[in-house]
Amino acid sequence: MSDVKRIATRASYGEALVELGAEHDDFVVFDADLAAATQTGKFKAAYPDRFFDAGIAEANMMGMAAGVAATGRVAFASTFAMFAAGRAFEQVRNSIGYPHLNVKICASHAGVSVGEDGATHQCNEDIALMRVIPGMTVVVPSDDVEARAAVRAAYELDGPVYLRFGRLAVPVINDVPGYEFEVGRARVLREGADVTICACGLMVGAALEAAEALAAEGVSAEVVNVHTVKPLDTETVLASAAKTGRVVTAEEHSVIGGLGSAVCDALAERCPVPVRKVGVNDVFGVSGPATDLLRLYGLDAAGVIAAVDGLLA
Amino acid sequence: MSDDELKRVANEVRRGIVTAVHAAKSGHPGGSLGAADILTYLYFEEMEIDPADPAKADRDRLVLSKGHAAPGLYSVLDERGYFPKGDLETLRHIGSHLQGHPNMNDTPGVDMSSGSLGQGVSAAVGMALAAKHWGDPYRVFALLGDGEIEEGQVWEAAMFAGNHCLDNLVLVVDHNGLQIDGTIEEVNSAMPIADKFRAFRFHVIELADGNDMAQIRAAFEAARGVTGAPVAIIAETVKGKGVSFMENEVGWHGKAPDDEQYEQAMAELEADASELAKEA
Repeated sequence: MSDVKRIATRASYGEALVELGAEHDDFVVFDADLAAATQTGKFKAAYPDRFFDAGIAEANMMGMAAGVAATGRVAFASTFAMFAAGRAFEQVRNSIGYPHLNVKICASHAGVSVGEDGATHQCNEDIALMRVIPGMTVVVPSDDVEARAAVRAAYELDGPVYLRFGRLAVPVINDVPGYEFEVGRARVLREGADVTICACGLMVGAALEAAEALAAEGVSAEVVNVHTVKPLDTETVLASAAKTGRVVTAEEHSVIGGLGSAVCDALAERCPVPVRKVGVNDVFGVSGPATDLLRLYGLDAAGVIAAVDGLLA
Repeated sequence: MSDDELKRVANEVRRGIVTAVHAAKSGHPGGSLGAADILTYLYFEEMEIDPADPAKADRDRLVLSKGHAAPGLYSVLDERGYFPKGDLETLRHIGSHLQGHPNMNDTPGVDMSSGSLGQGVSAAVGMALAAKHWGDPYRVFALLGDGEIEEGQVWEAAMFAGNHCLDNLVLVVDHNGLQIDGTIEEVNSAMPIADKFRAFRFHVIELADGNDMAQIRAAFEAARGVTGAPVAIIAETVKGKGVSFMENEVGWHGKAPDDEQYEQAMAELEADASELAKEA
């Protein structure tokens, strides 16, 4: 896929914010001394008076964002996933989630693809942490097109949203005619009969790549882009699982509490089929180049293929 | 409203607090009673609000950062007519709009959900920032506990408010000297704080008796005149003020009076009310 355009979803986020800023003046953007990395710096450059740097104080940033939202406006709040969902968890839970305020938590540098910075900054727990908050919408865009659409949708949605972006440039896979993004609506990207692959984030591209390779082996894999982990599109997931009878989940996140767990929750109750979860297997990450780390943890097409093979064996 | 009239309202507020906490069989009477005079002054004299339109866009706002003093806030809102008489006795009951700690989506007049200490002040700063940003005329008040300010988030918020010269923000620190595990000195006191707030670029007003209506008025009038910096009012108060056996007793931070104690507390407050009526 070397000829495919690659863009980091954090970059898409920064540009989408600038576009949104041209259309609406009822929102402000907060960051916590990471504007260059999260790419809110693009918004800061375009609209300096609508950008506020909280400094290295994520708890207060989330609280201030809640305060802005409590006045009837919208606040975007950005930092790394580790600090948005981890450090400030209880502020997000009590000051944003409980009053169901219009704060859009846009977290970048999620997962092991943070790379060289290592375990302290590789957040593999954020989907689990955010998903458990009542009323929180959790979206994990798979590429540039989807990230831009998700930013706009989050702004328009009434209530708190957690948007998860990555540091690594990932293939653009949704620049196709008729692409539509709707929060809570999973998209079947490729139809298949033997196995369903439910993926989010950069694992959607890996799942498509895996499906292509599996087809060459005579295995028909259905690929479902579950960009919204919460609320989960159980209808689409269950319909596909009922059709194929096997499910592989794939995410750049712990196998505990993320997309895999959400899908298993739905399947266990209404369509119990064999499942394999591709994700980070309850370990902390290590330093290294992002793509090498993804390979190390099986977060690539080979990892998905291995899981499918395991199910079919 | 005159100071005497405000004192009579504060007495009613105290009776509401005791009644609510007794009916709930749990809750936080000590901090609520200690802050009753300040809350009364804010809602009956200082804040631009309209109980008939609790969500009015340009209303002044109060964040009860020490959210456990909810009975105090609820009792003031009750006196101000935000919700029907009798609701106070549903405090902490299933189905009541009066949650153990304030929730903005449940109770008319509650401007922010709060109760997890240290968080409300950040929300207040966010509101003040929003007012400045969009050119709205309202002011924002936050009431903090002197134990609460042990939370680091309070100082993160203070840093931002000072750096952004949020002169539409008034933080009131309710300095009653007690927290759950003992006196603040025994636990982990943040005192002295006047110079700390000054170091965070606040204009500091020291309110020697935060249970004295004339002094409260003077402090808030002084706060009104401050420009270019947020204000911190450090208010010396008596926890449990108005009920003799609760005053300065750490044990009354978070427990309800039994029936006998309730009768005694109400008798004391009613006696005070009679005195206040005579003075009128």
